[in-house]
Amino acid sequence: MSDKHIENDYKESLTERSKVAKWVNDRLPVISMMENVLFKHAYPKNLSYWWSFGSIAGIALMVQIISGLFLSMHYTANTEMAFDSVEHIMRDVQFGWLMRYIHAVGASMFFVALYAHMGRGMFYGSYKAPREILWWMGVVMFLLTMATAFMGYVLPWGQMSFWGATVITNLFSAFPIVGESIVTWLWGGFSVDNPTLNRFFTLHFLLPFVIVGAVLIHLVSLHTSGSNNPSGVKLKTKKDSIPFHPYFTIKDMVGFVAFFLVFGYFLFFYPNALGHPDNYIPANPMVTPPHIVPEWYFLPFYAILRAVPDKLGGVLMMFGAIAMLFALPFLDRSKITSGAYRPLFKKFFTVFIINFLILGWLGQAPAEGIYIMASRITTFIYYAYFLIVLPFLPRFEKALPEPESIDAHYKSKH
Amino acid sequence: MSQKTDSVKDENRRKILTKTAYTTTGIGAACAIYPFVMSMNPAEDVQALSSVEIDISGIEVGSAKKIMWRGKPVSVRRRPQNEIDEANKVDLNTLRDPQKDSDRVKKGKEEWLVTIEICTHLGCVPTPESGEFNGWFCPCHGSQYDTSARIRKGPAPKNLAIPPYEFLSDTVIKIG
Repeated sequence: MSDKHIENDYKESLTERSKVAKWVNDRLPVISMMENVLFKHAYPKNLSYWWSFGSIAGIALMVQIISGLFLSMHYTANTEMAFDSVEHIMRDVQFGWLMRYIHAVGASMFFVALYAHMGRGMFYGSYKAPREILWWMGVVMFLLTMATAFMGYVLPWGQMSFWGATVITNLFSAFPIVGESIVTWLWGGFSVDNPTLNRFFTLHFLLPFVIVGAVLIHLVSLHTSGSNNPSGVKLKTKKDSIPFHPYFTIKDMVGFVAFFLVFGYFLFFYPNALGHPDNYIPANPMVTPPHIVPEWYFLPFYAILRAVPDKLGGVLMMFGAIAMLFALPFLDRSKITSGAYRPLFKKFFTVFIINFLILGWLGQAPAEGIYIMASRITTFIYYAYFLIVLPFLPRFEKALPEPESIDAHYKSKH
Repeated sequence: MSQKTDSVKDENRRKILTKTAYTTTGIGAACAIYPFVMSMNPAEDVQALSSVEIDISGIEVGSAKKIMWRGKPVSVRRRPQNEIDEANKVDLNTLRDPQKDSDRVKKGKEEWLVTIEICTHLGCVPTPESGEFNGWFCPCHGSQYDTSARIRKGPAPKNLAIPPYEFLSDTVIKIG
């Protein structure tokens, strides 16, 4: 919360120039709302391209919803027909291959944007006061997106679909006493079967709209607490700010172009590179594939699950890894918002990111020998970053001086 | 009586009414949720598919037959004598889920081991006749079971489950 409310100058409201616009706006304030967001609301003028990933995640969500809607017109959520209906989409439906590959590659691209967006927030301290609720809404959306992606992967009813669903739903059986009944309830039977596939399709269709709702709450919170920026310094004067339009509309367009270039590269040249070939084998409840691997975006958390030799312990450590993100605003005791002015933090953050990538790599390695020890060490480092480094580092760290204002920071760079 | 005390009395009465209304609404909401939650549990027809009969006459010593029961793979394995001896030799104190081999088979039918072939860790189907203990090895997360399908190593917490079953005759087993 800036002590005084900063707003860009904006004099020519459409409602003053047009009687029709005024008539509409007096009854439904869409015009003044848009004008507030696009012209009046003060955005820090020093936002870097790291700030593009929020809108990129937004457009990735739209891509998923639209391609998914068209896929659902041809897909059949029944264990006897699901696999064949996906092949029907691929071979018979006009441009069905395109819709499906957009949707499959799009899920991966969505996670690329999400991870970049979260990494930016973690480096620049975007979770700190007054943005705690903004950050928590983000973590909630991350969880919802993971749930949606997981259930979507089950729908083609291939071997990885079936066994991924079996392993992940069985995580809940680790909880004492009620575990087994929870799993039976989730399945709607005594194993992953037709009732499971049906409800996963229903929820996979529903959840993206829940995410859209969460995005709106995320944005309301963003416009209340204001955007963070690379300097971490608050908006102080009008000189610090610029309107969203045309500055960030055009900057976001650059981000979209870069994003869709990468998207297109995978979509048209390597559409199956991010999936598992075993999912082109129809589901068989009698045979487990020798090596079950989740989608790449779950791998770091899967590695944490497998690092622990105890069933309940592994499940708790995995859920705990996400819980760390919720606790982040309380764990980081530093008064400096942006990591750019924290020399030691920068080093630890780099270690954390590299460690997270190694965890991801270990998640797809076989669970044996040296890999188990390596995943234990990396799991420890993951937790140590949250529970040891962030709370205690500020006691030893000598921070660099923060810039006087956003304007001063901007001028030092240009 | 003055008007003041009357009004205070009224307010207290009103609070009780309000609380009663809230409580009743709460109970009502909980009752309304119940059928929705229960609708997600196994349907009657799924619950009804609860027993199957298997002809075991063709199973050679040292081999097994797999069938589906409630959507789960069940293995009926005819064990050679050395596997039974191996299972009996194990010190129960060393087991994670201690159970005698004789408690996992029917008396007089020790060579027949009937198990739900689902790893008690996260539900994969383990590979029979493999692993360090000549029993089952789960490829997913490396759990190992012995010749009595008891957990010996790896993350799984329990032995492979034994389904309810009975011998209808020497050659037919009814599971469920």
